[in-house]
Amino acid sequence: MAVTEGNGKGRLSASLPPWLKTTLLTIGSIAMTMLGLLFITFIIGRVMPIDPVLAIVGERASQSTYDAVFIELGLDKPLVVQFGYYIWDVLHLDFGTSLLNARPVSEDIARVFPATLELATLGIIIGIVIGVPLGVVAAARKGSWIDQVARVLALVGYSMPIFWLGLMGLLIFYGILGWVGGPGRVGIFYVDVVPSVTGLILVDAALDGNWDVFKNAFSHIILPASLLGYFSLAYISRMTRSFMLEQLSAEYITTARVKGMSEWDVIWKHAFKNIRVQLITVIALSYANLLEGSVLTEIIFSWPGIGSYITTALLSADMNAVLGGTVVVGLIFILLNIFSDLLYKVFDPRAN
Amino acid sequence: MTEQTLRQWLLTDTPTSRRHAKLSALYQGWLAFRSNTMAMIGLGILLALVLIAAAAPLLAPHDPFVQNLGNRLAPLGSEGHLLGTDSLGRDILSRLIYGARITLYIVALVALIAPIVGLLVGTVSGYVGGWVDIVLMRITDIFLAFPRLVLALAFVAALGAGIENAVIAISLTAWPPYARIARAETLTIRSSDYISAIKLQGAGGFRIITKHIWPLCISSLIVRVTLDMAGIILAAAGLGFLGLGAQPPSPEWGAMISEGRRFILDHWWVATMPGLAIFTVSLAFNLLGDGLRDVLDPKAGE
Amino acid sequence: MNTFARLLTGVAMGVAVSMTSLSAVAETPANMLVIAHRIDDITTIDPAESFEFAGSDISRNVYSRLVMLDPNDLAAGYKPDLAESWEVSEDGKTITFTMREGVTFHSGNPVTAEDAAFSLQRAVILNKTPAFILTQFGFTAENAAETIRADGNKLMITTDKRYATSFVLNCLTATIGAIVDKETVMANEVDGDMGNEWLKTNSAGSGPYKLDSWKPNESVTMSSNPDYYGGAPAMERVIVRHVLESASQRLLLERGDVDIARNLNPEDIAGVSQADGVKVEDELKGRLMYIALNQKHPELSKPEVRQAFKYLIDYEGMRDSFLKGQYTIHQNFLPATYLGASEENPFSYNIEKAKELLEAAGVEDLEIEIGVREAQERIEIGQSFQNAAAQVGIKVNITVGTAKQILGRYRARELDVYLGAWGPDYPDPQTNAGTFAYNPDNSDEANATGLLAWRNSWDTGGLTEKVDAAVVENDRDMRIQMYQDIQAEFRETSPFVIMFQQIEQSALRDNVTDWSTGQAVTSAAYWQVTK
Repeated sequence: MAVTEGNGKGRLSASLPPWLKTTLLTIGSIAMTMLGLLFITFIIGRVMPIDPVLAIVGERASQSTYDAVFIELGLDKPLVVQFGYYIWDVLHLDFGTSLLNARPVSEDIARVFPATLELATLGIIIGIVIGVPLGVVAAARKGSWIDQVARVLALVGYSMPIFWLGLMGLLIFYGILGWVGGPGRVGIFYVDVVPSVTGLILVDAALDGNWDVFKNAFSHIILPASLLGYFSLAYISRMTRSFMLEQLSAEYITTARVKGMSEWDVIWKHAFKNIRVQLITVIALSYANLLEGSVLTEIIFSWPGIGSYITTALLSADMNAVLGGTVVVGLIFILLNIFSDLLYKVFDPRAN
Repeated sequence: MTEQTLRQWLLTDTPTSRRHAKLSALYQGWLAFRSNTMAMIGLGILLALVLIAAAAPLLAPHDPFVQNLGNRLAPLGSEGHLLGTDSLGRDILSRLIYGARITLYIVALVALIAPIVGLLVGTVSGYVGGWVDIVLMRITDIFLAFPRLVLALAFVAALGAGIENAVIAISLTAWPPYARIARAETLTIRSSDYISAIKLQGAGGFRIITKHIWPLCISSLIVRVTLDMAGIILAAAGLGFLGLGAQPPSPEWGAMISEGRRFILDHWWVATMPGLAIFTVSLAFNLLGDGLRDVLDPKAGE
Repeated sequence: MNTFARLLTGVAMGVAVSMTSLSAVAETPANMLVIAHRIDDITTIDPAESFEFAGSDISRNVYSRLVMLDPNDLAAGYKPDLAESWEVSEDGKTITFTMREGVTFHSGNPVTAEDAAFSLQRAVILNKTPAFILTQFGFTAENAAETIRADGNKLMITTDKRYATSFVLNCLTATIGAIVDKETVMANEVDGDMGNEWLKTNSAGSGPYKLDSWKPNESVTMSSNPDYYGGAPAMERVIVRHVLESASQRLLLERGDVDIARNLNPEDIAGVSQADGVKVEDELKGRLMYIALNQKHPELSKPEVRQAFKYLIDYEGMRDSFLKGQYTIHQNFLPATYLGASEENPFSYNIEKAKELLEAAGVEDLEIEIGVREAQERIEIGQSFQNAAAQVGIKVNITVGTAKQILGRYRARELDVYLGAWGPDYPDPQTNAGTFAYNPDNSDEANATGLLAWRNSWDTGGLTEKVDAAVVENDRDMRIQMYQDIQAEFRETSPFVIMFQQIEQSALRDNVTDWSTGQAVTSAAYWQVTK
């Protein structure tokens, strides 16, 4: 899923060194994509039948109050002008003020993004730690029971409504068994106990050496993270398996086997080594999806992350918040893509 | 010529006409597909779903909309209500049966709209190239960079809640991958001798795209669409769950989960049954998709 | 717990004998009150601007007013707070308050008459949403300096007409009557905003609690004010945690992670009341659930049709099922417990009667759209209504949307039918009379979007004048009678089908005492609570 397709070739002054040209093109294409992203979000925000003024002033407001806010928000100006102002502000890293809670959007995002980052990171770790070995073993023992288990696990993962599984998980593991902490990031008595350094509670607690908080936060995050981990596991294990099968049927593997190399070395030292780059691309994509796409999980688990932040903002016409959130999410997606592209280019001999 | 059964005719190694060859290939594909038990199970479930949806009025024990406040939240297996009743005393089984229609409706529409849009964008982009390609692919990137559910949500919020708008919103988020696939295929086909030959005969771009490139892209698209169906169902259910899909009293499965989640602690079946229904159908699509992929696109599978 | 749950527990127990649970059943500290509540409606906590339920809870505990409602004795009505006493002038237009001595703000600054005057003037000048509560007495940005003024430790306010004194004082118990610390607020002024931007997320009060933090959609944290003039509250820390789902709130309560759960649905209330150590307390609130018919619609404006709809509501069926315990049947615009409230509920679910009325009006094949906010109980009321309407041949299409989507169309007079809720703004009958039965100019140009009668294009058929008369009546019994008469006519002629009044059910750990959500007249108070 390359963002830079390399199609804008040659037109730019040919005298530039190739690496600089590539860099410029990459930056240009990021800028274009971001601009487009913002523009679409902006248009959606404006055509939405939700009145942002009403979102602020509420049901009882008199017309004069309403009108005052209307002008305050600059809604009386033409759309293009409004968009221009917005882009200007964004270029100065000012995402405006949330219409709904009167705080700078950047402050909100700094608060909600770490929550998502923490959840998605733990999720992807679970996905990798279980998914990769599962995929490798499934490929090595193709057709065995473990391959079948992996297949079923993946199929169920692809087919399960995540919000339903989340509800059931919450019911069983929190409601009935009490093994895990409930909704939210941390138990109520552990809120604000450790100083916020990174915004990731697990990390903050560890830095502070406060293991009570760590334990509690862990008991809260483990269920949603496992849930997300499961969904990425399904994807990662399937992809690992198919990459591995491709390698294992290659000639050099046969040669290695004929030479009497142990099966372990064949699989890990040869085949697996060769799928690393592809695998990283898959993992990056999966990570990007977790970072931006865990809206429903966040809602079910009252997780104050960026997905539920954008959703709430969207439904209450808080366009500054929606735009700010979209910029961040879009940027992550694009950067992860570029990262995996680069890896590909650097490590994969065929790409050169 | 000796007498031939239809089977033999279909399995021949020496087709007598183009049509014969095509039919023969299809039949052999079907044979390969049929030997895949999982895929057949998937197909079976989906056929059953279609039948259930078509015969909903005959199969449903109750009117899915009739309320009975005196008998609400009846448990599983209660008299006359195999799967219990919901918050307004409506029969859950009947609602699930009628809900199958909505699910099929959404899936069918999205499966029509998204690949066609993707095909159009992808082939044009790949065939024409140059600035058109850059612009179209940039647009594709923009749509890809959006979180899917958030984008769908934004569109529904903009267009208003409702099942048609949910379909449009999901289609809008689903087309970019198809465009990429179609473009990639087009790029490989475009430079082939076969297309050059047709060009030499004086065929126009439009004709080449519609008559020669599209048919070649179709099979990989079909596989992809079938594999995406589960995702589409889940996305639709997600929108319904957020209250942005089908409007009440429509028995859309996602909306039913959303209604039932309030009672999850004491009346777990209200949310569980529609969840199982969604799971079953999307599993069926995944099984079918896996099987189809093995048949139509063997190298992508293993 | 049902069979499924028990079964699962059994299985799991077997599997998990050796597993230690990560979260044991906890108990909150004795000096701390932890509340699970939906607080996503808070958009600002500036008392001159704040107008949502959860925001009012904050301001009630953080700010003191001139007069207050005592959470332990709400029936008594307003009592002295920062104003020790007051006098009304001969002409009834000027009220002179004498300020309590020795009270300080959280900042340490003394509370003076000057602060009180500033606070009220500020609310009038800023002209935010709730400003109408004050401006209805004739205060404007231009005359605020003369009509609201301080002199030594006295505060004088002068209204444009002679109003019932109780009406004026009742209005001052609302959030907008909060007294803010002038010095602190003005120190944070930006571009002449009178500290509005700063107060949106900070506080400057003298109430029993200090605000520690408000994290949107997460939590509100307060700590007690040891110097509170009424004595330091027992609960030294109050944490209100945003928990959206009823089921989650219930689990938190059952596990002892919170002391109070405020948004449990009827099923969870039923479930939780069987749990050990939990009790449920009911309080009648002021919120009314109603259906309104747009009088621009040619069919809905027929008197018989208006009547017919009042018979199309399964009042008892709903009250006894999905609204069980949380709503009571109420068919008048003044909530029970309000001055002049009526107990008359003449309408019942009667399909035949509705049919007759519709036939008399010559209505056939009617198809209408009803706008409903995305809240489960309302969607269910909508569906029940849809079901009943179908039986008399009316097709009802439900449009569900967020509050903002639906409200916008309602205010623009675009919806055929609106299903919504209305809560009084201050504990005086005028609060509802002045919106349900008051509409001096029914033209589109009037744009009186704040008036429910206007939103539904209803000219009130002469009730407007009667409401005007009632609000200036100083004889209590006479005033009660006037409201009774207005409501009797309203029931028969209005396009409003008022259905239910809300009962708030709080589930508490049973060691919590003196909890109050403010009944129909105000919001929740924490300082009298003990454990």
